[in-house]
Amino acid sequence: MKMKWAFLTIVFTAFSILSGCDLLVLDPKGPQAETQADVIKLSIGIMSVIVVVVFAILIYILVKYRASKQPDDYEPPHIEGNPIVETIIVAVPILIVTFLSIVSVQSNYAVESAPTGYEEKEPLVIYASSSNWKWHFSYPEQDIETVNYLYIPTDRPLEFRLYSYGPITSFWIPQLGGQKYAMADMITTLHLAADVPGEYMGRNANFSGKGFAKNTFNVKAVSQDDFDEWVDEVKETADPITEERFDELLEPGHLGQLTFNGTHLDFMPPPMKHGSSMEEGDHEEMNME
Amino acid sequence: MNNDQTQPLEYSTEQNNLNILGFWIFIGAEIMLFATLFASYFLLENRTGGGPAGEEIFTISPVMLETFILLTSSFTIGLGVHAMRLGRQKAMQVFFTVTLLLGLAFIGLEIYEFTHYVHEGAALQTSGFTSILLTTLGTHGAHVTFGLFWGLFILIQIKKRGLTPETTNKSFIFSLYWHFLDVVWIFIFSFVYLKGMM
Amino acid sequence: MEFFERFAIPHPSPAIYASMVAIGLTVIAIIVGLTYFKKWGYLWREWITTVDHKRIGIMYLISALLMLFRGGVDAIMMRAQLAVPENTLLDSQHYNEIFSTHGVVMIIFMAMPFIIALMNYIVPLQIGARDVAFPRLNALSFWLFFMGAMLFNISFVIGGSPDAGWTSYFPLAGNEFSKSVGTNYYMIAIQIAGLGTLMTGINFIATILKMRAPGMTLMKMPMFTWSALITNIIIVFAFPVLTVALAMGTMDRLFATHFFTTGNGGMDMLWANLFWVWGHPEVYILILPAFGVYSEVIPTFARRNLYGYRSMVWSMVIICLLSFLVWVHHFFTMGQGALVNSIFSITTMAIAVPTGIKIFNWLFTLWKGKIRITTPMLYSLLFIPIFTIGGVTGVMLAMSAADYQYHNTMFLVAHFHLVIIPGVVFAMLAGLTYWWPKMFGFMLNERIGKWAAWLIGIGTCVAFFPMFISGLDGQARRMFTYSEATGFGIWNMIAFFGAIMLAVGFVLIVYNIYYSTRYASRDIPADPWDARSLEWATHSPVPEYNFAITPDVNSRDAFWNHKKNNQKLFKGDYQEIHMPNNSGVPFIMSALFFVFGFAMVFSVWILAIISAIGIFACMGHRSLEKDHGHHLSVDHIKETEEKLGGANS
Repeated sequence: MKMKWAFLTIVFTAFSILSGCDLLVLDPKGPQAETQADVIKLSIGIMSVIVVVVFAILIYILVKYRASKQPDDYEPPHIEGNPIVETIIVAVPILIVTFLSIVSVQSNYAVESAPTGYEEKEPLVIYASSSNWKWHFSYPEQDIETVNYLYIPTDRPLEFRLYSYGPITSFWIPQLGGQKYAMADMITTLHLAADVPGEYMGRNANFSGKGFAKNTFNVKAVSQDDFDEWVDEVKETADPITEERFDELLEPGHLGQLTFNGTHLDFMPPPMKHGSSMEEGDHEEMNME
Repeated sequence: MNNDQTQPLEYSTEQNNLNILGFWIFIGAEIMLFATLFASYFLLENRTGGGPAGEEIFTISPVMLETFILLTSSFTIGLGVHAMRLGRQKAMQVFFTVTLLLGLAFIGLEIYEFTHYVHEGAALQTSGFTSILLTTLGTHGAHVTFGLFWGLFILIQIKKRGLTPETTNKSFIFSLYWHFLDVVWIFIFSFVYLKGMM
Repeated sequence: MEFFERFAIPHPSPAIYASMVAIGLTVIAIIVGLTYFKKWGYLWREWITTVDHKRIGIMYLISALLMLFRGGVDAIMMRAQLAVPENTLLDSQHYNEIFSTHGVVMIIFMAMPFIIALMNYIVPLQIGARDVAFPRLNALSFWLFFMGAMLFNISFVIGGSPDAGWTSYFPLAGNEFSKSVGTNYYMIAIQIAGLGTLMTGINFIATILKMRAPGMTLMKMPMFTWSALITNIIIVFAFPVLTVALAMGTMDRLFATHFFTTGNGGMDMLWANLFWVWGHPEVYILILPAFGVYSEVIPTFARRNLYGYRSMVWSMVIICLLSFLVWVHHFFTMGQGALVNSIFSITTMAIAVPTGIKIFNWLFTLWKGKIRITTPMLYSLLFIPIFTIGGVTGVMLAMSAADYQYHNTMFLVAHFHLVIIPGVVFAMLAGLTYWWPKMFGFMLNERIGKWAAWLIGIGTCVAFFPMFISGLDGQARRMFTYSEATGFGIWNMIAFFGAIMLAVGFVLIVYNIYYSTRYASRDIPADPWDARSLEWATHSPVPEYNFAITPDVNSRDAFWNHKKNNQKLFKGDYQEIHMPNNSGVPFIMSALFFVFGFAMVFSVWILAIISAIGIFACMGHRSLEKDHGHHLSVDHIKETEEKLGGANS
């Protein structure tokens, strides 16, 4: 008795909190995050129904068939099983899983391609590389580089190319979309876009050692004009990045936010998209696919 | 223990049956072990870093010889088990001894092969490819080496105790192990050497 | 001096010094105690050298409970550190070590021995066997596990603990980023314990396939035995993968090979793949025996046969197959593309179907039953709702696009704790309480037991539900601290309270064991719960030969029909019983493994070679040894049976 109320209260409070407040993941600011938030809300809905059904059956049975409510001489029957009942408990989950599979496949293809509504526009390519415990963002188009903060234009698709100078990390801006790994020997691609200007939290989500907790970065989404203005300002004021300077940056530690003219891509090319790192020569091909 | 006379000696007691079944299950685990090594080999095969690739270091003659020796040893141990079933202890001892000597020759060749690789600049630490190559071959080689000692201990027991339900059971299980290593070698020969040289 | 420096803790703190002192004092106390009470001989003869599956089961049980507290202390420290923002209770390095060891200890050294403890004690009894197929191997399994666990635990005070997470992803776990010997401990200790587990797998498959009582066909086996069979099949096929992965990791760290390195052609993703090819089946290795326990407890206390026996068996077989086909869902975010993700997303969700069948079958077993709520039943009834919540969040995680948002967050942490705790821990506690009278001949106190069950049940919800919310709000897992501005504080504070409730619950269980050992009545029947399966047909505690006469089985609930419908279970007269002899070799060999492992961790090659030779010498000894066991005479059996309360006919 106590138990069911305890559970129901907890479940319902949990759901009312979920729907009522602005948790980052459920407060999307871009098309990819929105797709994901929709999938999450839909699955929470379906799953709540399943949970409620199971709870209802359990409570009903516990109330009805408690030994204390039955005559002493009641002897429960021997029931092997029932083909109809068993078909139902197989078929209904299969239907639910099939439906969710379709949603899952569709949404996965959606978040892996150019964001909806942005298909026509040329994406802004940003190389995001991690080193212990910082993020380096290179803008080849603008020929500038930042550390631990991102400036992005709204209304333009973003194509992040991720790799790591060390442990596996995971690039994540919850309000713009889900995460993806950055690894040492291959580039992964993440498609995002920001619909509205604002400041968003970004971080490495994959444990990478001592400084992991503070391995975060700031994302500032601004209009295209403001973005261009920022680029011009950087080009006028920032120091150029050199190989020695970049090697210093790679040393383990936290750095705060830095801005540079030029990118490290010129002297330290990223790993191949589906191959091994450039330093080892490009004669080899990787057969993992 | 009640002996079942209708069965060969190695199957004659309950415990013997259990031992053989248990060993088959163990071979199941061994298959998974080698399957994992092969899967890793295929993934790392072309990741040679700065080191040599397979076709640069593999040479056909020692490998052919190793294959021939191991296949022959599988045949002789089969003859050994046959002799055992006929109750011919002497013949069985001879065939088991021949098997072990062939195994020893195989190991000798494999050691020669490994030193050759190291001279060619393909040591364990050279690249992802050489690490997995030498580990896969080494795991098989270690199994054969272990088998040599195991077989030796069984031969000692056969000599001292004759063909009893226990000793025949051990010999039979040992022959399963030896055949299994042969099968693994055939996979190594086809998917490591032949594929690498083509 | 340089030689000894490597054994120092790289990152000491008062807590570690305190535990060094505590460990030292405990060891001295045990040695002095054993000497004072002259118990060394008893310990050696009755426990260390034993090959009796029941005693080995009890030793597994004790180890599991000890490890539960080690892992539990880790958990409390983590929750305390995170309870408030910017906490300085632990620094980052300690926090990393603690969550890494928490995961390893709970999965490999707590949950595994707990299920193996119950399997060891119960499976031979349920199938009417005298022992397992290979009793000596069983002892070796236990001692290998035990030595692996000890080796892992001394990392805390000698050389430093692993700090790369329980998943130990490379390159973080490689030499470049993990310089202490901690990860060596991880690789080698788990390897040694894993060998033991693999042997258990082989042993129990052979036992269950070949040693069932006459008349017990596969489809008449009790469900716990079925779950043990399937689990052991998974063990045999999954553990070799871990063996290879750990061997490669060890070689990368000790011999500078390039399996998982970032240069020279190494492939860091290979570790993640191999780890989870083992790791996901491992989840089902843990949960299937738990399902087995529930399938015994629920029919007993509903006084009904298990509903849908056949579908229960088939769902386990399907889970076993699917468990090998889902590993990629642990890293949907690795960039393998939408197609691969979609395939693994579907296979993962497919597991929900057989699992759902099991949940409904348990519900229908309760239907029309006569439900008695005892402590084991209470755990089972708490399991169904909490596990359902944990399970449906698993389906949510299986949707790959959404997983990009859940991955590596507290949402994931909440999910797997809400399946593993009700799925495994509740089941083990239910099984422990349920079979306790069979093992020790007295009952655990029901009042204290129910208090503990409620505390643990509610504590689980309070500790882990808030994590769903903080996860969706962007709290990544494994962060040792967070700022106040994030707003995670309140959720973590609630979780901390839940953790305290759990801790109190577990302390109550220990108190219950103490209390019941002291005060509980020893005068209980062999079948105190009015249960259905064969283990209740013999005396409590069980005599060394299990059954004086091998039972004859002709139905699924043979013992129940024996009680209710007067079907005769024991036919014929007493006969001589063949029993295996005790042996000290498994213990000695495992101790040598411990020395070997320790030497490997610190690269002391001479010691490693000597101990390896010792290990092979033990195997050689075993090969040449003549050991036919011994026979118990009919008179001896008669005497024992009469002492235990007359022949059971």
